[in-house]
Amino acid sequence: MILVEIISWIFIIAGALLGVAGGIGIHRFPDFYSRLHAVGITDTLCASLFLIGLVMQTGMSIASIKLCLIFILMFFSSPTSSHALADAAFLGGLKPQLDKDDD
Amino acid sequence: MNYPVKHSFSLGVILLALWLGMSGKFTVFMLCLGLASILAVLYIAHRMDVIDREKFPAHVNVPLLRFWLYLSREVVIANIDVVRRIFTPGKSISPQMFELPQTLKTDLSCVIYANAITLTPGTVSVNLNKESITVHSLSKEAMKDLCSGRMASLVPEDYKDE
Repeated sequence: MILVEIISWIFIIAGALLGVAGGIGIHRFPDFYSRLHAVGITDTLCASLFLIGLVMQTGMSIASIKLCLIFILMFFSSPTSSHALADAAFLGGLKPQLDKDDD
Repeated sequence: MNYPVKHSFSLGVILLALWLGMSGKFTVFMLCLGLASILAVLYIAHRMDVIDREKFPAHVNVPLLRFWLYLSREVVIANIDVVRRIFTPGKSISPQMFELPQTLKTDLSCVIYANAITLTPGTVSVNLNKESITVHSLSKEAMKDLCSGRMASLVPEDYKDE
């Protein structure tokens, strides 16, 4: 199916572009906490788009079940690890750079 | 251990499905190996007394599915917002750190809520206690969005601590 092929490559390329965007964000943002948000992009939408694209590539097979399991694992483990990082930094006394001016 | 039999049984069913899905080989020898390892895992889990309601993986119900649907939409919207902020030249972010009061009753709902906040790009839960969640957000808009309490109202709450 040529159509499924095209759609799956659209997903994979969009995921790759989001990964690049997350990487640029890590360099652009000023401090540890805001960089975590850039990492959040690669954690969520980038990985999901990749996995959806790859599932379309493999079709109905054992490999698709394994890809779905990877998705479930990422869905639960990536916020937990982000939280653990942020919590450790906060308890370690790292102060975030905050925007002070109220409007 | 209130429901050892029911929970052990459902854990066994899930492990069986996992084995069948992962191996893809249906010879008698492989199936016997799978059955033996599942029984071993069940026995060890029973001995360690780790089969309780929290580890019991099948609490999936309609409110949780609705929450996941809402969450995945929020994740897409927040991703687009953060990507726009990354490519906006100049100073595009206004980081905030604030205490978000929360009234969820059970530990599991608190964890689901805090994880959902972290999963959404633009907000990370930094610290969690019974009364509030400390949240770091990338922008004032994301902060206002969380303070409106829409996400908190959708977190499924009918889990009981047993």
